[in-house]
Amino acid sequence: MENMKIRVALAGNPNVGKTTLFNAITGSRQHVGNWPGVTVEKKTGIRSYRGYHIEVTDLPGTYSLTAYSLDEIVARDYIIEEKPDIVIQIIDASNLERNLYLTTQLMELETEMIIALNMCDLALERGDKLYIDRMQEILAAPIVQTVASRDIGINELLDRVIEQKYNDRYHGREIGYGDIIENKVLEIEKILLTDPELSKRYPLRWMSIKLLEGDRNVRTKVGKSHVSAAINELLASIDQEEYEADIADKRYVAINAIFPQMCTRCNVRMTKSDMIDRVLTNKYLGIPIFLALMWGAFELTFAFATPFTDMIERIFVWLAVNVTSRLEPEWLASLIGDGIIGGVGAVLTFVPNIFILFFLLSLLEGSGYLARAAFIMDRLMYKIGMHGKSFIPLLMGFGCNVPAIMATRSIEDEKDRLITILVVPFVSCGARLPIYILLAGAFFGRQAGTVVFFMYVLGIVVAVISAKLLRSTIVKGKPAPFIMEMPPYRVPTLKTSIVHMWDNGAMYIKKAGTLILIGVVIIWLLASFPWGIEYGSEESYVGMMGHFFAPLLEPLGFDWKMTVALVFGLVAKEIVVASMGVLYGAGDSPEALTASLLADPAVTALSALSLMVFSLLYMPCVATLGVIKKETGSWKWTAFALAYGIAVAWIVAFFVYQGGKLLGY
Amino acid sequence: MSEITLDTLKPGDLARITKMRVKGPARRKLFDMGMVAGSEIELVRTAPLGDPIEFQIKGYHLSIRKEEASQIFVQKIE
Repeated sequence: MENMKIRVALAGNPNVGKTTLFNAITGSRQHVGNWPGVTVEKKTGIRSYRGYHIEVTDLPGTYSLTAYSLDEIVARDYIIEEKPDIVIQIIDASNLERNLYLTTQLMELETEMIIALNMCDLALERGDKLYIDRMQEILAAPIVQTVASRDIGINELLDRVIEQKYNDRYHGREIGYGDIIENKVLEIEKILLTDPELSKRYPLRWMSIKLLEGDRNVRTKVGKSHVSAAINELLASIDQEEYEADIADKRYVAINAIFPQMCTRCNVRMTKSDMIDRVLTNKYLGIPIFLALMWGAFELTFAFATPFTDMIERIFVWLAVNVTSRLEPEWLASLIGDGIIGGVGAVLTFVPNIFILFFLLSLLEGSGYLARAAFIMDRLMYKIGMHGKSFIPLLMGFGCNVPAIMATRSIEDEKDRLITILVVPFVSCGARLPIYILLAGAFFGRQAGTVVFFMYVLGIVVAVISAKLLRSTIVKGKPAPFIMEMPPYRVPTLKTSIVHMWDNGAMYIKKAGTLILIGVVIIWLLASFPWGIEYGSEESYVGMMGHFFAPLLEPLGFDWKMTVALVFGLVAKEIVVASMGVLYGAGDSPEALTASLLADPAVTALSALSLMVFSLLYMPCVATLGVIKKETGSWKWTAFALAYGIAVAWIVAFFVYQGGKLLGY
Repeated sequence: MSEITLDTLKPGDLARITKMRVKGPARRKLFDMGMVAGSEIELVRTAPLGDPIEFQIKGYHLSIRKEEASQIFVQKIE
């Protein structure tokens, strides 16, 4: 029944526990997508409660509702265009003053509002004294106290939602901006009213205030109306910058007036969080501790993941042996064995690593340390043309590029985000390590470790240079200003982190897994046909491709076999080693492969080095390309990442090989 | 009672914002975060590498770069 359906939107500042509340309300009945046309994540969920069907949309966390960021535009457009029944603003009870700034703006949208006062336990701990009744009176909106991380207050909140829906009385207190501004507001309202369609479509007062603030998005909305000229005339006669400053100012004046009535003994200076920061962001200890923590996180990832990885590997080996030996006809056994099980298996062994990476990232974010990481590293990042927030994604790239690129969502500025996304693929991920181990181990003996280390360093160097290069050419401009809230340290909610890990991990398996499966099947097809030839031999299509591209890669010291292995590696870099095993006739044994490689005159230490460099830098694997497309929303940039990677790889490997030959190796 | 810029404060200094001369989108973002004339602000610490700077304002902690802080004028509160 239609009238049993209630549409709710969740709004609020970042770091107030909005996601936790969303999870608490909707449980597992969630859907994650994108807002149409933009790369902003949209989360919706359903909750059945007391016979009502409650649809919840999680709006992006914002500090304000200006037109300056996509997040804000998405949030406010949803409220005024989709007109949800109720908007719940989640306010951090221990941070009331600044949260109220968003409240004043939400109320100007003239929507039915309920305030969820979250993290009440923390405020209480701090010794704040909150006057809830007075708050309700002053804000003219119902207030429900919640502790989302412990599922406290959720039912009361839902009860209120049901109650409010059928009351249908606009709540909320408007604030006044002083005579000068209010007079101008009236003038604008008069003009806007001459277009009845426009003035009915959007809240009148809100439009006027926004126009005075110089809001470009509202200006565009008005631009289509016949009143546009009159509005432009009026706006041209005032100093927009001054009005913008004044309006923001007046909002805080209003908040200053009401805030002390709502909360006393708030803003206690020396908190626990502050004391922790004295150590963690200390001038001398800060960086060593940070590096140690990052190192620790990686060690932890491998430690936790290894038992699972081993188990998965064993399962796949067992599958390969048992399934293929029982399958008739041979081509099917080959497809399943060499193709699907081999290829997909190699990639799935990385899944535990990725899940744990996501989990740790969520813990870091929930605890508040992520903000400190950006704070500590910003100066360095800025010097290479990036933002402090880019550091963690780059660091994650050492594990796997895919979650690393997904982590760039926390970077608000589009250009900063794009550069980070384009540069992450150069960071040497875990999948490339087997390649180094094989080649360095075979050709460099004692120096193998140094050579591998050199690869990691090279990846970072190329990433840094690329960032600077992109900044001065295609993605011009300086990094976005660093204006970041440092939330108090909190104990991260285990449930939220697990949900986060599961959601992202599952998406990785689905998206990456699909792409890799398709890629593996295609490669198998190319390696098995024309009919009757030996799998992966020179006569197969893959072999022909190898011979076709070989001249292009000859200056880098590669023969057709290495070329084919690199082609296989397009699907997933883990596959390079396995395919080399096939091509050099060494099967699954690493010792046999090493021996074959050493024995082959076409493969020298120098060409092995060149191969390592090329596999480090050349195109992001298919899964990474897929996530680049998803996060940038653009085929153009995805194609660029592909072409750029191959170009850089070719140039650097060329210098390595030819330079080495010149030096007499 | 001279006017100085925000980046010249030392850790522990308390001041009141008098003028916001930051330009561009940073300006509005700073307003939204509470950096308006009349707000009380305290410098908490500088990052280990010298930049950005962490402040306490409106009951929470905000960090911005020296670049922006040098365009915000304040008066020290003793």
